[in-house]
Order: sequence, then structure tokens, then C-alpha cells
Amino acid sequence: METLAALFTFWHEQAGKLGEQTLQHIGLTAGSLLLAVLLGVPLGLFLSRRPRWAPAVLGLAGVLQTVPSIALLGFLIPLLGIGPKPAIFALFLYSLLPIIRNTLAGIRGVAPAVVEAARGLGLTDGQVLRRVELPLALPVLMAGIRTATVINVGVATLAAYVAAGGLGEFIFGGIALNNPVMILAGALPAAGLALAFDALLGGVQRLSTKRLGQVGAALLVALPLLGGLYLLPRATGKLLAGFSPEFVGRADGLPGLTKSYGLVHLPSVVLAPALVYEAARHADVDVIDGYSTDGRIRAYGLRVLRDDRRVFPPYYAVPVVRPALLRTHPELAAVLARLDGQISDSVMTDLNYRADYLHQDPKAIAEAFLRLRGLWRAPRPAVAGAAVVKLGSKIFAEQYILAELYAALIRGNTDLAVETKTGLGGTTICFEALRDGAIDMYPEYTGTGLLVLLQPTPAVVDSLGGRPAAVLGYVRAEFRRRFGLEWLAPLGFNNTYALLMRGQQAQELGIVSVSDLGGYLRQ
Amino acid sequence: MPDAPPVIRATHLCKSFGAHAVVQDVSFDVAAGETLVLLGPSGCGKTTLLKLLNRLIEPDEGTVEINGRNARQQPVEVLRRGIGYVIQQVGLLPHYTVAENVAVVPHLLGHAPAAIAARTTALLTRLHLPPARYAGQYPHQLSGGQQQRVGLARALAADPPIILLDEPFGALDPLTRASIRREFRELEELKNKTVVLVTHDVTEAFELADRIMLLDAGQIQQLDTPRALLFRPANAFVRRFFAAERLALQLRTLTLGDLFPSTETDTFDLTATTTVHDALEALTGAAPATARFTVAQLMAAFGEALQQEEKAWKR
Repeated sequence: METLAALFTFWHEQAGKLGEQTLQHIGLTAGSLLLAVLLGVPLGLFLSRRPRWAPAVLGLAGVLQTVPSIALLGFLIPLLGIGPKPAIFALFLYSLLPIIRNTLAGIRGVAPAVVEAARGLGLTDGQVLRRVELPLALPVLMAGIRTATVINVGVATLAAYVAAGGLGEFIFGGIALNNPVMILAGALPAAGLALAFDALLGGVQRLSTKRLGQVGAALLVALPLLGGLYLLPRATGKLLAGFSPEFVGRADGLPGLTKSYGLVHLPSVVLAPALVYEAARHADVDVIDGYSTDGRIRAYGLRVLRDDRRVFPPYYAVPVVRPALLRTHPELAAVLARLDGQISDSVMTDLNYRADYLHQDPKAIAEAFLRLRGLWRAPRPAVAGAAVVKLGSKIFAEQYILAELYAALIRGNTDLAVETKTGLGGTTICFEALRDGAIDMYPEYTGTGLLVLLQPTPAVVDSLGGRPAAVLGYVRAEFRRRFGLEWLAPLGFNNTYALLMRGQQAQELGIVSVSDLGGYLRQ
Repeated sequence: MPDAPPVIRATHLCKSFGAHAVVQDVSFDVAAGETLVLLGPSGCGKTTLLKLLNRLIEPDEGTVEINGRNARQQPVEVLRRGIGYVIQQVGLLPHYTVAENVAVVPHLLGHAPAAIAARTTALLTRLHLPPARYAGQYPHQLSGGQQQRVGLARALAADPPIILLDEPFGALDPLTRASIRREFRELEELKNKTVVLVTHDVTEAFELADRIMLLDAGQIQQLDTPRALLFRPANAFVRRFFAAERLALQLRTLTLGDLFPSTETDTFDLTATTTVHDALEALTGAAPATARFTVAQLMAAFGEALQQEEKAWKR
């Protein structure tokens, strides 16, 4: 009930966005469907005339159908960039199989005697096709279009990952923020659209053959129009931003930034976190959100806009541990402490650069760093029955590197065995794993601990005022009290949210800080 | 009409499917107004031969001339629109009404809508499908016999001079088949048409044919009148083919004129062209007809006539 109320509030507040996303969603579905009909129906007809080709073509379309949608989008991005192109193309590929298959099945289902009689009466091949075969195949063909439509409405939610909009924006924002209301806000309209299209086309399918022909023709007119919904003019500005779903939704992300800096006239698209840097690099977008220590900043020549009003809370990396770990293995405390304050922003950016851009193995990066700092010890020989320290990490390179750093230190300086559980997904998953004891420690960021895990009232956040020490003190005390977990000492770098621009463009526009950006947009 | 040019002339037609020769060197003429029946066991090539005539199948060798013109030298649709075509499975367009099905060819030929409507109404009426009731119905609402009548009406709609029929009554039950066959025989529309009909039913062939082409393994065994096939078989195959139904066919073939050549036999319902079979039915029915002969006399004369035919053949 509470969720329901929250859901309606959300829709009410985001009515504009909801409408825009719904139209985009319909547009993506209809546009891709149109392409699939334009190619699939002639292809199906061709196969009905050349049955020898059918297994190969249907097989290929079937294989395309089995490629996971996320992977398909991934393949398409290098070819088509981000935006509606890869989204529509992926949806188009998914629609092909049902449409080709049902066209073929529909034509094959026409009684041979009817076709023979029609030819015997003197209908030309074209007339047999238009007046006999197509009308009689139409119910089956429509069933294929119906299947394709329902598939497309579902898959189109993924369009949000490639900055193509649609109802997936809410869904992925909700997943990133662990906000069920936001997920529902996108998922329910998407499901509603699927049901509505399904019912509509189901009704169409039951029409008589004659009416079906008219409706089919009407559909061919309607699809481009619906597809055109996607092209409805949207707010434009001097710069286009591309943000990850989480950034758009969380209080210290875009909403906080907009409020503090008075950012106006900055239209934005949502896309997968993994893609924002690429999008900026290829000038698909101009402003992105990112992390201040990301290796791609260096690799792609991006500039971090200085957060001169300190909107982004400090995100100092700190190992969070189960106190039991240090109690049972007191020798660990000193080992873990060897990294305290060792890694600055630029050092971390460089380590990340090696992983993200040079594709070096996190383990090798960790070893090289430790050797450089004289902290490297060769792993001690395994001791039978040794206790196991379970290290966790979230699913990105920086966390992998940190986990490997700690693993190497523990292996080299203690007799304990180490098990790394890397790639535990997002913040929530890591945190819950630590509470459950599935892992013994993982590197967390002070800002994340404050805003995502503790979620204090705005008054408390304001009172901390973004001061690094105050924030660390607060999360350390609260974690101890509420969860019985211990924050150790910071590693040194502040991997905070950052607004990034291409260095060259920022230089040309004279933008160094977020305030500069706000000023430029207001001009 | 030996002088009239043939409406259909087939010359040295050959057709193979793979290694299987289905039609082997078949030549024949069909005269205007004639009904030619292609008869033979299944697989003898009679349906293939029929489809060679309207180019639903193209021959490997040989030519078909329709009204003196090589069939291959005109667009195939134009050729087919001038030739009515009826098949065993009827093949009505399931999404067209009865009236629309009948109107297909006139429509293709660009006839005026009013003329098409009048023609459809007339044909349906003549084929015992009152248009008021049936014109707006769809094929699936009709019985098999009714569907075949619509198929026939459709073939006749544009008044083509030639009609091809492929086992048109084959899928019907015996009662319906007999009644539709009678209608077919008496149909005014067909009286002056050139008809080629495929069947494997010997009785049907004898009932409808002016001439019968008996086929086996893609070759003509004999092409002649029913009477000639019966009494002067060209080879053992022809003789064997009719052996089982010989007596019944003889009864249907010989007429009172054959039995009593010099005597005036006509009464109210028996004439010189009445078959022995029909005369017997008339004499032995529930209300026997009056005739100038008894059943015994009739059978005696029938025996004599048979002997004479045998003698004539042996000579």
C-alpha cells in the first residue's frame, strides 16, 4: 500500500518524463517492427518460393534470437555507436525470426488446391500472391507480428542502456539505486504496453480475412507514425549530457548538482555506466558523470570538472571489515594498515588506467604497485588447514585492484589463505555479503556508506558539510552501532562522483569547474 | 465435324518428372463441341496431360495448339482465362463468397460489374444454388456437392469455349455424384463447349464422352468412341480394362436403334437413341412404360446385336 502511494507520487512528480519515455518506448518498438516487417515479410515470401534457403535463413534468424539482448547491444555499440541506432537494430533483429517464420508458415498453410485453382483460372503470379496467398496467410503473419511486438516491448527496456531512452530509464535507475518504486514506475507501464499491444493485435487477428487485409494495410501506415513518436522534438541545449541511471536518481547525483549549481538547459540521456566514457570520447554526449579516479579519464583525455561547491560528498576508499576477522587474526591489522594513505587520486587513476585501458590483469597491477612501494612479499607456501580470509569487491576494476592488493599483502605476510570474491555487483550486494559473513571485508567509499547504506536525514548530511573527516567519523560510528562492522583507515584517494567533459572541448569553452559549466549553460 | 479445325491440337507431347516419363509422345485433336474423356488407372498421366493443355505444367517436348495458336506463344494468364478449369478439390477461394468466387475470371477480364452480377445470378440459378440464399455464403458453409457446383459455375462464368475438368466428381458420394453428373450432362451451358474431362471412373467416361482416350503408363492405348473401345479394343490392355464392367457398359452403349434397326420402336418415352439399360429400367420400373416389345424380346435382340458386333470386329 505504501509502495503504491509512493509509486503514484513518483509518477506524479515525473509525469513529464513518464510520458516522454512511454512515447520513446512505443517509438522504438514500432520503428524496429516496421523494419522487421519490411524485410521479414518479403524474405518469408522469398523462402516460400525457394524452400531450399529456408533452413539456412530461419536458422540464422533463430541464432540471432538466442543472443542475449545485452550482449547483442554490446556487439552493436562498436558498429553503430550509442543512441537509437543500436537499440532499433537489436529490436529489429529480434523481430525478424517470428515475422519470417510466420510469413513462411502462413503461405505454406494455404491449401495447394486453392493456389492451383487460382492459377488455373488465369491469375498472374502477382495476383495469386496478393489476392490469394497473402490474404490467407495474414492471420498467421499477424500472429508473428504480435509475438514480435510483445518481445520488442520487453527488450526495448534495454534501450536505456545505450542512451536510446524508453521505460528502461526508470527501471535501471531503480535497480542501480535499489529503489523498488522506481523499478515499478518503469516496469508497470512497460508491462501495460505489452499487454495492450498483445490484446490489440490479438483482436486484429480474429477479424475476417477481408477486414484483416485492411487492418494490415492500416498497420503499415500506423507503424511509421508510431515510430515517428521517437523523433518528437525534445528539449535541446548547447551541450548534451549522458548520465548513468544511478547518477540520475540519487540525491547526491544529478538532483543535488542541479540544485546547488542551478544547472539549467542541460538535456540528458541515460545510458549504461560502462558506456558513458565511450559516449563522451566519441562526442555522442558532452558532459558525463563518472568517478574521479577512473582510468579512462586519462585514456580518453577527459577533464574532471572541479566540484567547487562541494556537492559530491567525499568518497574516500576505506576497507570495511567484520571485527571478528581482526579478533581471530590480530596479525592482520598491521598487514592491512600497510596501504593506509598510500594511494593518491592520481595513483589510483593510473592503476585504473592500466586495467581499463591497457587491459592489464588486476593481480599483475597489484604486484607491480607493491614492488614499486617496496611492499611486495612473495606468497608464503600454503599451510594445510589455514583459515581463509574472504575478500569481496564490487564489479569494477578499481575494486578488483584493491582486492588483489590486500590479497597479495595477506598472502605475503601471513599464513592465512585468501579467497577473493570479486564482481559482487553493486553496493548493496557487497554490503549484504559482508553482513552475512559471506565475505570478511571489502573496500567501500565513505560517501556510499553515508548516502546509500545509512541514508541519514538531509539535516545530518548538511551538518557533515562534505568534510571528509566528519563523514568518515559518522559512518564509522554508525556502522559500529547499527551493523557491528568496522571501517579501517582510508587508503588516501577520493573516488568521488565527478562531472567530466572532453578535455579539448572544456578548454575551448573555458570550463574548469562545475560552476563554469552552469555559467556557460545560462549564457 | 471432320472439316472444322480442331479447337485443341496436341502434338507429340512428352513430360518426365525426373527419370519417370509421365506422358510419352501423345498426340490428339479435340473438335469444337466435342467431349473428350481422359481415362485410365491412377498414375497413367491423365491429369498431367490435362495440365499440359492450360500450361499448369509445361511439356518437355511437343506443342499444344489452342484454336490454331501455339499455347506457348501467348501469355499464360490470357490463355488460362479463356479455358475453364475445374479440379477435384474444387479450390474455391475460402475468403471469397460464392458470388465473388464465380466472378473471379470475368473480373480479371474486366467485365462490367452489372454484367458480372447478372451472369453470376443466372449461373447459380441454373446450377440449383438460388443466389438469394447462396451468393453471400462462404465456401466452408457449403456441402461438397454445392462447392463443386460453384466450382463449375466459376469455370463457366466467362463463357470460355473450352472447359478442362480434373475428376470433378471424384470427391463426392455416389448419390451426389450421379445427380451432379446428370445436371452436368444436361447443362445447356456445356452443350456447345469443347470439354476435356479426366476420370478413372469407367461408367462416368461412357456416360459423358463423345470420345475416350484410354491411357496407360503415359501412352495412348486407344482413342475412339466408347462403342469402339468396348467392341473393337485395340489391344489386350483395353479389353482387360473394361472386362469387369463389360455387360453394364454394353447395356449403356447399345441403343434401341441398334437392336431394332428397321422397326419403328418409338413410344412416348422410348426412342431409337434410348440405351438398352434405360429401356430395361423403363420396362421393369414401378410404373412400366408401354413399348412395342417385351423384356424377353429386348434381351433377345440385345444378344443378337452383341453377336453382330463381335462378328463385325473379327472381320
